[in-house]
Amino acid sequence: MADADPTPADAVRVAAADGVDFDGLEVTRGPDGFRVAVPDASYDGLSAAALDDVVDRHRAHVENWLFWHQHAPQHDPDWAFLRWVERADDLSAPERHARLGGDGVTREWGQAAVTARLTEGGRRRYELRHVDDVDADREALTVHTDPHEARRLRKTDDDGDYRPLSTAPTLPHGWVFADLDPAAAVRAVDGLYPATLVNWHREREGELDVTHWHEAVSRQTGIYGVVETWDRGEGHEHVNWVAEACCDDSQCLKRREWEYDDGTALTPDGGSGVFPCREPCSLVIAAARKWTRLEAERSRTYEFELTPSEKEQIETLIDAVADGRAGEVRDADTSDGANRYRARYLRAKLFDDEGNLGGVPTDADG
Amino acid sequence: MSEALLVVAHGSHLNPRSSTPAQDHADAIRASGAFDEVREAYWKEEPSFRNALRTVAADEVYVVPLFVSEGYFTEEVIPRELRLDFDVADWESDGTSADSVTLRPADVDKAVHYCGPVGTHDAMTDVIVRRAETVTGDPDVGDGVGLAVVGHGTKRNENSAKAIEYHAGRIRDGGRFAEVRALFMDEEPEVDDVTDHFESEDIVVVPLFIADGYHTQEDIPEDMGIADDGGYPVPARLDGHDVWYAGAIGTEPLMADVVLERAADAGADVDVDVRITPPTTAVADGD
Repeated sequence: MADADPTPADAVRVAAADGVDFDGLEVTRGPDGFRVAVPDASYDGLSAAALDDVVDRHRAHVENWLFWHQHAPQHDPDWAFLRWVERADDLSAPERHARLGGDGVTREWGQAAVTARLTEGGRRRYELRHVDDVDADREALTVHTDPHEARRLRKTDDDGDYRPLSTAPTLPHGWVFADLDPAAAVRAVDGLYPATLVNWHREREGELDVTHWHEAVSRQTGIYGVVETWDRGEGHEHVNWVAEACCDDSQCLKRREWEYDDGTALTPDGGSGVFPCREPCSLVIAAARKWTRLEAERSRTYEFELTPSEKEQIETLIDAVADGRAGEVRDADTSDGANRYRARYLRAKLFDDEGNLGGVPTDADG
Repeated sequence: MSEALLVVAHGSHLNPRSSTPAQDHADAIRASGAFDEVREAYWKEEPSFRNALRTVAADEVYVVPLFVSEGYFTEEVIPRELRLDFDVADWESDGTSADSVTLRPADVDKAVHYCGPVGTHDAMTDVIVRRAETVTGDPDVGDGVGLAVVGHGTKRNENSAKAIEYHAGRIRDGGRFAEVRALFMDEEPEVDDVTDHFESEDIVVVPLFIADGYHTQEDIPEDMGIADDGGYPVPARLDGHDVWYAGAIGTEPLMADVVLERAADAGADVDVDVRITPPTTAVADGD
């Protein structure tokens, strides 16, 4: 398609036979010649030569039409996404032409910033960076040109730790995918955040197929089959806890759209992510398997003594681990209950040689 | 009519290298131009099997499982998660002979050609032999050499062992190696006693695992008694034998050709002469 590379005037002349009606540009061909209309002007009875002049005068409109029909990927989700990037629903073709030709238009997709810029003939080139690196000098970033590299880049965070969840808010910094054509831009985005784009598009079209918790756990087999037993008509508070633990914006940038079942909403909201989550993911199911086993235990009563500060310290420690804050507590900050020395002191004082809190055996089987 | 290849693999929540073979083979196939559209999907990573087919633009999709054996994953998990109305009888397989079946998934309007796993394809036999060549650095390896094909093995699924025995049998029938044995981690005969099974001084050990991870990098070297400081020497001297341990077969570049063969067997319009030219594989040092 792109190989032919017709001029905008040539292309619009050919397309006029079937009629053009796109982003405010209308072109038709009648017995008296060509008709061209844009929002604030219209021209009738144009000869082929006169059409050239009008196309030249309204280049922003015509090049916009040509780009979206000749150069942009025609797969619906990809097309819709790239339109979203440059705010095609909100801005007219000339407005976009001006902005894309200036600094470009940038939108955030999770922690990725996607910038579209205008190049020759109304075409677009795209750049991807971490949202925090938007203003960084390119020389300070690692430049990638192969969009498929995004699949590898997303695998580790800034510390080099493995990211099993692509949509965790820990996308590494320091890279740029530069000078991408439209299809490559879509590939790179899909590499960073797999399948987010297609489900986002389905949602916009009113066609997102959500699989709720009950249905998702009902189809588990093998080692995950046990999760089904955790769903036995005794309410769904535990699923609220799962959602609160796993599906918060602090843990995942997807917006949870699944609920307990079709008619039973979960209490935690789904988060504010731009891309929807259509069913419990494999991490949630794997964690739920663990919780299924843990929740099968009966509670017992233990008796040991804590000072009020020690009780508060245990609460602070759990909060710090749950919020991922434990590693950030300064070594000398003994005012923080999650301070390492405070934790070591508590262990030294309250644990016996077997690691029992307060010297009280756990006696799980008792 | 456009065609796409979807490589489906296990992946891992814990081991970042688990998905590396799928990514590498997908990249190699994409670079070969055999398919314009090459995607991966994972059980434990993203995109999930559940979301994979919708990421593909093509109307015809060849799905090739990057798994060793036919069984629970290929016959139950993958078809279910891809929303394919698959009945294992459709494959008419004896445990190593699945080829392909064409199905229509429930959530997208596409034809899905669901292929048997790479591990049971006949071409896999050649990959094992190639692996023996690369690990020894000897393109003619075989004469006077013993070859152990190692599988996970499990009492829960007899097909798991069948794939290993199938290839071991084919290599044995080829007569290239002095001795060929199928050994296992979790069932008899076990890889622990590898030298008991061979008279040849040189023994090449090729594990039929897709990814290098805990099993191939720690368990098996430790079981065999060649583990050394977090790695293993190649060759390792053991009970008067030289043991050439190859690491997971799934990382062998030639595996990309097996993926293509699976798709071609299922009717994909790929040039059968297109072969992924494997880069020269350095002799593994295990570190």
